[in-house]
Amino acid sequence: MKPLRRFLDNIKPSFEKGGKLEKFYPAFNAIETFLYVPGDTTLPGSVHVRDAIDLKRTMILVLLAMMPCLFFGMWNAGYQHYLSIGVAGTTLFDNLLFGATKVVPIVIVSYVAGLSVEFLFAIIRKHQVNEGYLVTGSLIPLVMPVDVPLWMVAVATIFAVVIGKEVFGGTGMNILNPALTARAFLFFAYPTKMSGDEVWINTSLAKGQQLVDGFSGATPLGNAAAGFADKIPDFSDSFFGFIPGSIGETSTLACLIGAAILLYTGIGSWRIMLSVFIGGFLMALIFNLIGANTLMQIDPAHQLVLGGFAFGAVFMATDPVTAAQTNKGKFIYGFLIGLLAIMIRVFNPAYPEGMMMAILFMNVMAPLIDHYVIEANIKRRMKRKKISNE
Amino acid sequence: MSIETTEPLSKQKKIREPFLSAKNRKLVKDPLNDNNPITVQVLGICSALAVTVKVKPSLVMALAVIVVCAFSNLVVSLIRNAIPSRIRIIVQLTIVATLVILVDQVLKAYVYDVSKQLSVFVGLIITNCIIMGRLEAFAMGNKPWPAFLDGVGNGLGYGVILILVSAVRELFGNGTLMGYQVVPDAMYKAGYFNNGLAILPPMALIVVGILIWIQRSRNRKLIESD
Repeated sequence: MKPLRRFLDNIKPSFEKGGKLEKFYPAFNAIETFLYVPGDTTLPGSVHVRDAIDLKRTMILVLLAMMPCLFFGMWNAGYQHYLSIGVAGTTLFDNLLFGATKVVPIVIVSYVAGLSVEFLFAIIRKHQVNEGYLVTGSLIPLVMPVDVPLWMVAVATIFAVVIGKEVFGGTGMNILNPALTARAFLFFAYPTKMSGDEVWINTSLAKGQQLVDGFSGATPLGNAAAGFADKIPDFSDSFFGFIPGSIGETSTLACLIGAAILLYTGIGSWRIMLSVFIGGFLMALIFNLIGANTLMQIDPAHQLVLGGFAFGAVFMATDPVTAAQTNKGKFIYGFLIGLLAIMIRVFNPAYPEGMMMAILFMNVMAPLIDHYVIEANIKRRMKRKKISNE
Repeated sequence: MSIETTEPLSKQKKIREPFLSAKNRKLVKDPLNDNNPITVQVLGICSALAVTVKVKPSLVMALAVIVVCAFSNLVVSLIRNAIPSRIRIIVQLTIVATLVILVDQVLKAYVYDVSKQLSVFVGLIITNCIIMGRLEAFAMGNKPWPAFLDGVGNGLGYGVILILVSAVRELFGNGTLMGYQVVPDAMYKAGYFNNGLAILPPMALIVVGILIWIQRSRNRKLIESD
């Protein structure tokens, strides 16, 4: 590591004030602080308490928590592909390799497009490059279908970073979750490439290959919305994630491993995760009792492991910027996400995946929830004061 | 009191202003930039969202608003001293409504298909905040010629934004401009898709927002201090 440090120290003067590349200081600063914990000390007169963990280290931990989903997603992309063309007996490595050729380009495009925008804004606005994109850049590929064209990923990423984040003032100021903004943008802009039954599994055929008979590329929820009750995979398949879907969302197990990492390190909020699952379960239970269509008849516990429910609950709903900030608010926020997600699934067959809409909607509502929680608290304490006065 | 106010007015009349004096030119130019009815005053947003899917209808809509805005300003300014203050809104509305009906009939006669696309939004010009705002704020207190110019200016300011927004939406949403294909077939073959979001109303809001952003970063005066 020594030569790297020496190299950074060598080129540093040309980026500092008066140097030739002064304009690009934010870019240099971002790379330097990404590689090394900055050596700055707190100025005298300001707050002296400093945490060993800063925003960049936090983001790296979230990235780590996403790795199980990413690797499972790669494996599943390969698995589903070989399943669709009827090749049996592929090894773990075969599947992973095929998946990697599909998924890695999406990850690269997402990072290149997003970071270019971030660096551009940092240079124009003369502030440091925001760390937030480290996580967003990995979340975007995980919520995309395997077969999404790469230019669409780039367009959506740029849209999400500019309209979803930078117009509000950058990291920490955004109202909507940027990764879901990217997905929602693609969902409405290019519905043929973001929904339906052709994009979830890569079906590119080599010579002499053909799709297996009765092949359907629809997601389980898509099938359920169309009323094919017999095409819904059983609970264990859905839980482990051997089903078609967006790259990172299929395996509830991988999401739970991520959740464990987030909860153990204290980064994710258990209040939100728990209440999302409770909200979703209760709503699914109510619908299950009515049982008017195929989607309603799905077992409540099964609902929670299908589609992006678990992924959304663990990685999207817990985004500390866009979620509710008060503890009570977090319960309400999470509960309503779960409730709405199942409701959108069941009532709107055009959007069999309700999680995206539910989270984006509650992102918008989060400040309102916080406002009322705080107001209620003030009222309660005022009341107490009055009583003690008497 | 009445004698006091009439005196300066009669004095003003003696100085004849040229038809396009600097002050009058400003009336037309201002709404196009620093005082744009849509991007600065944020009025008339409703129709800006609804009719901007394609360039042609928004062009027609812009023309209709320019005509209605200019002539209603003119008429109201001509009779401004005869309108009793208490019922002025009703009188203004009657004048605007008459003009809108005229415009609507002309559209139906000459550009029937566009008039069909615009449907209720031509009728809704009556309630367009820009027109009512100009009548109240300008025409009621100014002479006919400046009032007319002010109407033209504000109509143009509205029209420019409408056409910009619709050009962006039609280009990305349909790959056409004024109905002519702009995006080459080769691009579609290479895997390009029209952006479905551009046709949906939210995109109009986003494009107007981006226009406001661009305008404010060019003209720092417009940014409110907080």
